[in-house]
Amino acid sequence: MLAFIARRIAIGVVVLLGATFIVFMMVAIAANPLAELRASNDPNKEFLIARTTDLLDLDMPPVLRYFKWLGNLAAYLWGHGTFGTSIVDNQAVSAQLVVAVPTTLKLVFGSVILAILLGVTVGIVTALRQYSSFDYMTTFFTFLFYSLPAFWVAVLLKQFGAIRFNDFLADPKIPPWVVALVSVIVGGVAAMIAGGRARTRVGIGGVATAATAAVMIYVSATGFLLRPGLGIVGVTLTGVGVAFALTALNTGLGNRRALLASLSTVAAGAALYIPIQYAFLYASWPVLLGLWATSAGVGIVAGMAWGGDDKRVSGRTAALTGVVMSVFVFADRLMQAWPAYVGHSRVRGRPIGTIGAVTPELEGTFWLGVTDTLTHLILPTTALVLITFASYTRYTRASMLEVMNADYIRTARAKGLNERTVVVRHAFRNALIPLATVIPIDIALVFGGAIITERIFAWRGMGTMFIVALREGDIYGVMGYFVITAALAIAANIVADLIYAGLDPRIRVNA
Amino acid sequence: MRHNRTPDPMEPTLHSDRQPDAVPDFASGVVQDDLTAGAGENAIELKATEGLSQGQIVRRRFLRHRGAIVAMCFLAATVVLVTTSIGWGPIPGWWKHDYHTTYPIAIAGGRPTLQISFSEGVHIGEHPFGQDTVGHDMFAMTMRGAQQSLTVMVLIGLLATLIGVIVGATAGFFRGKVDTLLMRFTDMMIAIPVMVIGLVLGRWVNGASALTLGLALAFVEWMAMSRLVRAEFLSLREREFVDAARVAGASNTRIIVKHILPNAVGVIIVNATLLMSAAILLETALSYLGFGIAFPDISLGNLVSEYQSAFSQRPWLFWWPGFFIIVIALCVNFIGDGLRDAFDPRQRRIPSARKMARAARKLAAR
Repeated sequence: MLAFIARRIAIGVVVLLGATFIVFMMVAIAANPLAELRASNDPNKEFLIARTTDLLDLDMPPVLRYFKWLGNLAAYLWGHGTFGTSIVDNQAVSAQLVVAVPTTLKLVFGSVILAILLGVTVGIVTALRQYSSFDYMTTFFTFLFYSLPAFWVAVLLKQFGAIRFNDFLADPKIPPWVVALVSVIVGGVAAMIAGGRARTRVGIGGVATAATAAVMIYVSATGFLLRPGLGIVGVTLTGVGVAFALTALNTGLGNRRALLASLSTVAAGAALYIPIQYAFLYASWPVLLGLWATSAGVGIVAGMAWGGDDKRVSGRTAALTGVVMSVFVFADRLMQAWPAYVGHSRVRGRPIGTIGAVTPELEGTFWLGVTDTLTHLILPTTALVLITFASYTRYTRASMLEVMNADYIRTARAKGLNERTVVVRHAFRNALIPLATVIPIDIALVFGGAIITERIFAWRGMGTMFIVALREGDIYGVMGYFVITAALAIAANIVADLIYAGLDPRIRVNA
Repeated sequence: MRHNRTPDPMEPTLHSDRQPDAVPDFASGVVQDDLTAGAGENAIELKATEGLSQGQIVRRRFLRHRGAIVAMCFLAATVVLVTTSIGWGPIPGWWKHDYHTTYPIAIAGGRPTLQISFSEGVHIGEHPFGQDTVGHDMFAMTMRGAQQSLTVMVLIGLLATLIGVIVGATAGFFRGKVDTLLMRFTDMMIAIPVMVIGLVLGRWVNGASALTLGLALAFVEWMAMSRLVRAEFLSLREREFVDAARVAGASNTRIIVKHILPNAVGVIIVNATLLMSAAILLETALSYLGFGIAFPDISLGNLVSEYQSAFSQRPWLFWWPGFFIIVIALCVNFIGDGLRDAFDPRQRRIPSARKMARAARKLAAR
């Protein structure tokens, strides 16, 4: 195993060296940073040319420059020096990266998780309903999303998700035809997913339609979007719903102990709701993480307390319920901060941001800051999710179909397990194995490839840094971006192989 | 594939399940209860395999894929519209305007004159897709942009496939040092995100024509193809027909081109299609960022980029180029999906519920 990892890393380093050399040569040939200066009429043109030449070592041939850059990089990794100074803003490239990497991470992290959750769910459902109208519809839409140009989607989102939505927020009344249309669509999709006999499907579709219409009318009539909030009642009710849903998925509602464990976690959450509101006054990220960990712990304890043969399963279900419940408590607190955020003098009633990662000079509480980050994240994240989740859907669907036709699924059915157990315990987990190998590679790809999204929403992340550097012919800036993304891509490949070997006992790693 | 050659008993067929004589096969796998379903399924299966060449089987399967056929028609219509409307090279155009002249504004604000209504039918008018602020005809510009983007797409598709097949075939057939060398190089290229190398190449040929951009970008997209072709070659070269050909005195080149390549053609065609849909998105993205086809020449990407700021006043300038990008990419994706199903030997047609019911009725009537 160790020998395998060592060999892969050695090969990875060789590949990385080769790739950086290729890119360095290409940039050196493609971009001439002096061309613009030579053509300009600047009085101190000579000085500028000399400075750029000095900064980028333009008096050396590209191959020598590459090795000089490599030496600088090695020295930097050893702990001293920098690997180049950007001619764009005269900063060290490493300093630029320190700003750019976290920004991009923030953008990529949420969108990848959302895309995976959405893609896997839709993929599993389409696989279970193969050749249904829902399957065909999803196939069409995944192909459509797959074919969408990122820049086009982003501009549309800016127009409709931000400008129009902010206009709408001034007076959030949902017109009746929108209510009718949306609820009929939701009901139709629900009926398609439901499966089974025609009468059941119509029934489920009807309930879904009515529920959606009711929620939308409530939101519109009470001005929920202006002063949102769940309150202790809302949080408890959603918690109970989540407890039932998760138990139904995880163990089946027949397992009373699991259900009761989840419900007691919800009860504990409801009881702690008011004390937590005080704890939120001193909120910071460590406190919140501690809160999440505690809620998971409460769930585990509840599961153990209810006991039974499968207390570990009950504990897992209850812990999951606890985490989801605490997310709702968190969301509820954010909603309380919403009116203050919208009314803030820097926001002026237009909360959904289209430019940058934060509102400049926004000062206020922790909650205001979190809300601000989220409102700025929502559009670029949506854009990224829309274009990436399609491939997860196709991938999960194919993998799930293959698993569902496997012999061990037939065996599981033959020994009399119910469909839920077969799907969740036997099929779903195995269907995720090939997906687990795609995800690391995908994260690396998105990290390097969110260039367009960053550009349109004016995020000062890796992509923007790369584009600006390339346009100016700033070779060290380009290389600073590239060495990180390429190293990440290579590392992701190694990790993917290891995950595969870890998850699938049939794969044996030998050096 | 290879209809023009006399059948050779030593030659393998891609489809191992090919059954020349149509013997109904009720005994294997079909449980008595499923007899009706089995009959319907078998009839279709047998019809698909009886005495047909691989090409015929693939063509039939492809033609049954409704999405792919519809996509094919749409794509053909788009190509015809794009080539004949404003003319392309030697092809004369029938559209009255061209893409570089400014015309007097027909309707205030340059609104599109295209109107579709149930009572009066389709009214095209002077400028169906509208005009920009100075009076350019948006229809002609979109057509020109689509021409450029299609050119780049096809060029990338063909060239990248060629490079990928050559690299993959060489690596997979000769193995050993050649393989290691070529695959390490491929790994290096894969480590570079497509956008990065595309942008750098785009910067290199900055402001160049569709031709140079297509040539440059072909060097970005060949890696996946070469990996797949290599894998295919690694498995095919161990098969008996390769030994047979070698014993018969065939040279390496002949074995590669005449014996192995035709068997790998499914993988190649399917991936070439998917590669093309990625290619048009790449080209438009580069042109959008200003590193691809640049003004005064037109591509769908730089049209979107040019007019995105005018979205609130003149949304049509933004909608139409985007619409054409999506139509082209979507059609190519669907065709690729159809081809994948058609070439996949494991693919079995599952008859629709209606067909099953019909087969059951037939059986009951008998």
